[in-house]
Amino acid sequence: MILFEVKNLVKHFGGLAAVDNVSFQVEKGEIFGLIGPNGSGKTTIFNCISSYFPVTSGNISFQGRDITGMKTNKICKIGIGRTFQVVKPLGRLSVLDNVIAAAFSKAQTKHEARDIAMETLEFCGLLHRKDVIARSLPIGERKRLEITRAMATRPELLLLDETAAGLNPTELFGAIKLIKKIRDKGVTIIIVEHIMKVIMTISDRIHAINFGQTIAEGIPEEVSNNRAVIEAYLGEDYAHS
Amino acid sequence: MKKFMPLILLIILIIFPLVYQNAYYQHLMILVFIWVAIGSGWNVIAGFTGQVSFGDAAFFGTGAYTAGLLAHHFGISAWWGMAFGGIMAMAVAFPFGWICFRLRGAYFALASLALNEVCRHIATIAEPLTQGMVGILIMPTFVSKIPYYYIALALAVVSLICVQVVMQSKWGYYFLSIREDQDAAESLGIDTHRYKMVSLNIAAFLTGMAGALFMNYMGFIDPEVVFSLHDISIMAILVGIVGGVGTIYGPAVGAFVMVGIHEFFRTGFFGFFKGLAALTGSDVLNIAAKYISHAHVLGFGILVVLVILYLPNGIVGDWNKLIGRFFSIKKKEAAT
Repeated sequence: MILFEVKNLVKHFGGLAAVDNVSFQVEKGEIFGLIGPNGSGKTTIFNCISSYFPVTSGNISFQGRDITGMKTNKICKIGIGRTFQVVKPLGRLSVLDNVIAAAFSKAQTKHEARDIAMETLEFCGLLHRKDVIARSLPIGERKRLEITRAMATRPELLLLDETAAGLNPTELFGAIKLIKKIRDKGVTIIIVEHIMKVIMTISDRIHAINFGQTIAEGIPEEVSNNRAVIEAYLGEDYAHS
Repeated sequence: MKKFMPLILLIILIIFPLVYQNAYYQHLMILVFIWVAIGSGWNVIAGFTGQVSFGDAAFFGTGAYTAGLLAHHFGISAWWGMAFGGIMAMAVAFPFGWICFRLRGAYFALASLALNEVCRHIATIAEPLTQGMVGILIMPTFVSKIPYYYIALALAVVSLICVQVVMQSKWGYYFLSIREDQDAAESLGIDTHRYKMVSLNIAAFLTGMAGALFMNYMGFIDPEVVFSLHDISIMAILVGIVGGVGTIYGPAVGAFVMVGIHEFFRTGFFGFFKGLAALTGSDVLNIAAKYISHAHVLGFGILVVLVILYLPNGIVGDWNKLIGRFFSIKKKEAAT
């Protein structure tokens, strides 16, 4: 079942085509990887999906419903959560308050929001840090807080933007475990990632882009052996051998 | 103990005018209470929601003029202005917020500054309605200051409770989220435009009520008084900053300190300069005494610099630091 679809997405910044005619479909329950070298347009695609930028042309649909141009907060309400590459914790609030603020998007009362927040914190393994001021968390836990907050909005589809970047090996392992755990809960995931080890191990399918254009799509083995992908990442010389 | 502090303070304030029947100090306390309401309003929009407003006088003046005009044109008791003043201030805040909350940070602050000036000019120019610079004079309801004292106290307490209740609710969490990071707030399903509007309207309502009370109490207003940039809008910011931005009781402490300082300058350091001039017979000191009383804005400026340097979170926000510093001095004294 197709949960989410991007069709012929185009985004121009002035004369630059940051995203040029990208299309992909995401099945319910899968982990869908989005890869590409720096500046290839991955985060721009996320920002178009969550409507931080208006799209130049193209369509985005979720659960069969056209969501192109829908307001950012509405997109969260209908069930698409996201994290930011440059983490955006609510600095002067405690970790718990950060998550409660997110939980209110589905909860009616404060009591209910708190329950959802506590449950999500436990699920994501941040419960022991709930009273810490978000600003004072180390980067690994900040990234985890981003995921926790997004999860507290009870999404059906989660957009993860480089959640593994800057983590040490232990944290990396923890992040992979958490992402799998989220998928097992029935949440569909689109993940943007640079660290190949992460994306190759957890993705069901991968979509590779370069200069805003699709260069390959398929299961991880296919994509990692694709000539265009190797060329984009390592240069033309390596692609021949 | 700390929990009961506000309650104990409230009881003291209730007893105060009965025990100490000095009209001057009662007058000052009434001003403090009015500023608690205005400061609380400012604190909601600027302190908790992070949208710094330089236009509080627009809401204050609207509230004051609503009360004044009701009495002047329709002969309705100006006390109705307490309710309608708040509502009219919201009527000003609504279209303003609708348009200007598309702006962020300093740009919104500038827009609110413009709102302040626009309102002042309208009140000055629309003479058939507002009598322009002539101002509006109404008969005060009470001769004694005590009824005003209790009404102002009630307004201050209601404002503080109102802010406390709001900040404990979903709205409070949303306001803080918007302050901390607007983009993150949007991604968490918070309609930032809408909740900034909610926040501004709460601020406008409280400030408008304070304005209406001011009209009732003072009996006279003109555009220069109630739409004044430095005496209302800037003063509101100072009350917030000195007391503690983003703290519930900050504006209460700030109002007390700021009204005190305002009075300190207005009276020429409590008549110090005048007394000195009389004592020495010096003309220079006499002239200085006259100018000092107009120099409160300069004094405010120095105070803000000091507060931001040493108590960036205000008196309430940095209370522990303040106490710590005070005791460390005492300890040193004891040691030597």
